[in-house]
Amino acid sequence: MRVLVTGGTSLLGAAVAQRLSDRGDDVVTMQRGEAAAPWMQLRGDIRDAAAVSSATEGVDAVVHLAARVSVVGEWDEFESVNVGGTQNVLDAVRAHGISRLVHVSSPSVAHFGEPLVAADADPADAERAHGHYARTKAMAEKLVLDAVDDSLSAVAVRPHLVWGPGDTQLLGRIVERATSGRLVLINGGSALIDTTYLDNAADALVAALDRVDDISGEAFVVTNGEPRTVAELLTRICRAAGVPEPTRSVPRSVASGVGAVVERAWSATGREGEPPMTRFLAEQLSTAHWFDQRRTQECLQWTPAVSLAQGFERLAAAYKRRKV
Amino acid sequence: MTSASLPPTDLPGLDPQWSRIVSAPDAEGVQREWHVIDTAPAEPIGTVLCVHGNPTWSYTFRSIVAELSDNWRVIAPDHLGMGFSERTDEVHTLADRIDELGSLTDALDISGPVLVVAHDWGGPISLGWAERHRQLVAGIVLLNTAVSQPDDANVPALIGAARAGGLLRTVTQRTRAFLDGTLRLAHPTLPREVADAYRAPYRSAARRQSIAGFVADIPLESDHPSRATLDAVAEGLLALRETPTLLVWGPRDPVFADRYLRDLQRRLPQAQTHRFEGAGHLVIEDAPVAAAVRRFADDLAAGRTRELRSHPPLLPATSAERRTLWSALEGRAGDNAVAVVEMGRRGPARTITWKQLAATVRDLSAGLTAVGVRPEDRVALLVPPGADLTAVLYATWRAGAVPVIADAGLGLPGLRRALRGANVQHVIGVARGLSAAKGMGLPGTYISVGGFAPGLRRALGVDYTVVELAQIGRQLPTSSTPLVTAEAAVLFTSGATGPAKGVVYRHAQLEAQRDIVRDTFGIGPGDRLVAAFAPFALFGPALGIASAVPDMDVTKPGTLTSRALANAIAAIDASLVFAAPAALRNIVRTASTLDPAQRARCERVRLLLSAGAPVSREMLRAASNVLGGCEAHTPYGMTEALPVADVTLDELEVGGRGNGVLVGHPVTGVQVAISPLDASGAATGPLTDSPDVSGEICVRGPHIKDHYDQLWATQRDSARDHGWHRTGDIGHLDVDGRLWVEGRIAHVITTPVGVVTPVGPEQRLERLDAVHLAAVVGVGPPGRQVVVAVVEAPLQDEGVASVELVDSLRLAAGIDFAAALVVDSLPVDVRHNSKIDRLEVSALAAKVLSGGGGASL
Repeated sequence: MRVLVTGGTSLLGAAVAQRLSDRGDDVVTMQRGEAAAPWMQLRGDIRDAAAVSSATEGVDAVVHLAARVSVVGEWDEFESVNVGGTQNVLDAVRAHGISRLVHVSSPSVAHFGEPLVAADADPADAERAHGHYARTKAMAEKLVLDAVDDSLSAVAVRPHLVWGPGDTQLLGRIVERATSGRLVLINGGSALIDTTYLDNAADALVAALDRVDDISGEAFVVTNGEPRTVAELLTRICRAAGVPEPTRSVPRSVASGVGAVVERAWSATGREGEPPMTRFLAEQLSTAHWFDQRRTQECLQWTPAVSLAQGFERLAAAYKRRKV
Repeated sequence: MTSASLPPTDLPGLDPQWSRIVSAPDAEGVQREWHVIDTAPAEPIGTVLCVHGNPTWSYTFRSIVAELSDNWRVIAPDHLGMGFSERTDEVHTLADRIDELGSLTDALDISGPVLVVAHDWGGPISLGWAERHRQLVAGIVLLNTAVSQPDDANVPALIGAARAGGLLRTVTQRTRAFLDGTLRLAHPTLPREVADAYRAPYRSAARRQSIAGFVADIPLESDHPSRATLDAVAEGLLALRETPTLLVWGPRDPVFADRYLRDLQRRLPQAQTHRFEGAGHLVIEDAPVAAAVRRFADDLAAGRTRELRSHPPLLPATSAERRTLWSALEGRAGDNAVAVVEMGRRGPARTITWKQLAATVRDLSAGLTAVGVRPEDRVALLVPPGADLTAVLYATWRAGAVPVIADAGLGLPGLRRALRGANVQHVIGVARGLSAAKGMGLPGTYISVGGFAPGLRRALGVDYTVVELAQIGRQLPTSSTPLVTAEAAVLFTSGATGPAKGVVYRHAQLEAQRDIVRDTFGIGPGDRLVAAFAPFALFGPALGIASAVPDMDVTKPGTLTSRALANAIAAIDASLVFAAPAALRNIVRTASTLDPAQRARCERVRLLLSAGAPVSREMLRAASNVLGGCEAHTPYGMTEALPVADVTLDELEVGGRGNGVLVGHPVTGVQVAISPLDASGAATGPLTDSPDVSGEICVRGPHIKDHYDQLWATQRDSARDHGWHRTGDIGHLDVDGRLWVEGRIAHVITTPVGVVTPVGPEQRLERLDAVHLAAVVGVGPPGRQVVVAVVEAPLQDEGVASVELVDSLRLAAGIDFAAALVVDSLPVDVRHNSKIDRLEVSALAAKVLSGGGGASL
């Protein structure tokens, strides 16, 4: 099977491509940058309809990961990548008669600020989702699922907080803040949250690809199925990385307030990259969000192969290698 | 005149598919249109006919329609002028409405069997209909209704207000006062959209005309036009005495108070009753009524029309083999030895001999009979444990009446609910008890223990003192002996989860309990008992052994000191000590205050029994050591079945570690079986005695409770395996046939990968040095929960446990806890002060782990 993976240089995208390649699929990735990889890589912007169309030529299936992922930034940027890019993928898939699409989404498309407790994959809702990222991802997911018909099987998979060795998004930021003594817990880090070890998320996406004809039109949250407190997760990450553990705690109200101020200051001063605290992050780190994985595991015929405990061991080993 | 219409399609809980418009003649022969809920499966078992009252409409039965329409045809009409049926200007009397219901059921071509369900003034209408359609009627369910105005009853305030001179139209029709007032009777308050749905057909004064008509038609006066019809309906109930009937009642009803329930119970003696404590006039909104009706309908369909009992039918014993509860007492009627000692601060405060006790019980019982306490009348005993309670209790039994014994630990509101619900007909009490009874409005004969000044006596409404009754009874023949099948006591559960439940025992069951206690602990004529645990304080005379109540507040076991215990032991040279764990703790704590002589007395005790709550083996060993290292037992049981199993201290020390609390082998004569849990944590599996299967503990034996009092659905659930009682406890049997308790059904944790019971893991956590007390609870919705440990760990800060502690907890329990929390103190239930309130812990943990609640509990 020839499979196009968009966003192929992301941590998860590369892991998916690797798995497909390892089992003998013919893998093509498309991304803006380039990395060393044994499969065919196409450079291109997901916003470029022509580039997307030519990348899909001759493939049997698409795994669409390319997205703008951030907690700050301009709406247009998010919309053009996450919504426009997805529309480009759908158009290309239609144009080339491709019948299978796995769309990588996010649990945030159905998270409206309230705690999520043993939640299932509720419908994406762009009106109620918080932040540009979640809203545009919600719109994108809806585009994909609405496009399902007799000739196209598509499924939305929402991996929750993916982490693993080499992660610069989530782990990189935590470790960097811990190193500089700026990592604090919100409300004592008592919120229970789900996370997903990288390998498990990649396995789940491959499983979704294999099963897409049977589960077309549905959305699934993917996690390790081992909810933990934020305090435990941050402590174990810091220990694996060999950096100071968080010891200070601030109330959620303070964190949210700081987040709002920082967001405004950050954009006002035109600084690049990610600010240290945003309202979105404060909410993420102080609100329960964990999921019922029974439907996901049953429909994808997949279970996490790597436990959190094993994941942290591998993470520690990876950090150690890097230091050496 | 407005024709009938279909209800709006967006009313919560009401499926528009259920509704239709049906034409049938009214009482005058004019064709009228009715709005009727009418829905049926392909092959219905029969028809459920639901008849509403005033000022509601068929909407009130939506839960029953949803619950039963899978295998019954369910019909719920709106009366003419009500709901969405046709509005007419004619007055509809009760007689008209009975006729009209008949016309409608003819037009609907209903066929039997019919289960009639009625609420409020739907009661008289549907019963009038039922009396005319007896060949169709298979069963009746009545919800807060009445067929007569009992002579002693005042007019219900709400109705009285509505009927007060000239206000009728204003209250019921021009304004929504009566409508809204009725909707406000729901407990808890109705959701706004549900209240609006009730109001939907009554938006204008014109549409409320029949609400006024209904109120005007209540025959409060003897010359009211509908009085004769209502009386005829009430008398006609004689013809329905063979019809299976369920009375469903919400006692918090200012309109139909409990006395209307009593009236219906008298008229329909075959009826089963379920009182939903806390529910009111709109009981169907307040309580799971539809589920109860479902069970009743299932039973009808299956031909099971009698209440499920916890026993096979009792057979009357021959008098030769029967030993009544007072047989031993009568056997020692000439004995001048001590029977009961009440200890005071310095020594025996009161001593009663067998001869005195037997004479008092005989005379007092004859006196009770003489002043109108009839066999099976219920008598509240509001007397603290001691010699007086003993005498009063045995006299009540001897008179064939039924003592109702409620523990002060229920608190005054709990006590009030319990006693009012138990249909108490007489009260025997000390001044405080009678005063409380008066405050609760308990009816009947008031009998005081002790004499009061005339003023107080009048104020408390005392009819007789116990001494007066004994004088009256002295000249009279002995009361006749109640049958083994007669009710013998109403006791109450702790009420730790919801309102206390009344538990009814018959004489045969209490006699069996006495014998099982005697045989389990090898009690013989030479034994003498110190009873520091309330229930057992009363067993001495039944066992034929002397008993002493130590100087303590028996309702507060922790007030028993070692010196008070030693003095009580000395007073009767006791061989047995029965006490609660809290008492044992205090005895151990105060042991050093014993002098050598007291110590020597204590060491002559042969057996210590700890009952009432779980006790640690360390505490039991320490208490046993105070009593010279005597044999120590701790039985397992509950208000409904005691004892079930028994374990000795030695057994606990040798093999007491496992998944749960070891409670030992079932006692002789008692069978234990397990009903395995399904994935949702419900005990649905068939009873088994296979080892190492966890499930609900089920018990069978001659001393199990007869039934729950006026809790038909609860009784049916608890006795659904015929002859067995479901305890609500979770546990398993081991390969040696010993029983282990793993927690309560309500505390079972249901995760996606299976169920977890809390007690075993908690015990493993409590073995860690860092942990004093542990609760293992589920967080999340049923079936999707994660397991959380909440511990008292004195060296740790409150909040999320450190990673080190979490690791050691996961390892010790063998459970992958999603989280562990540290608290300064875990909530324990009020009455036992030892059982952890896991539901509260679970709620707290859920709050903290949602992230919103901060880190402290």
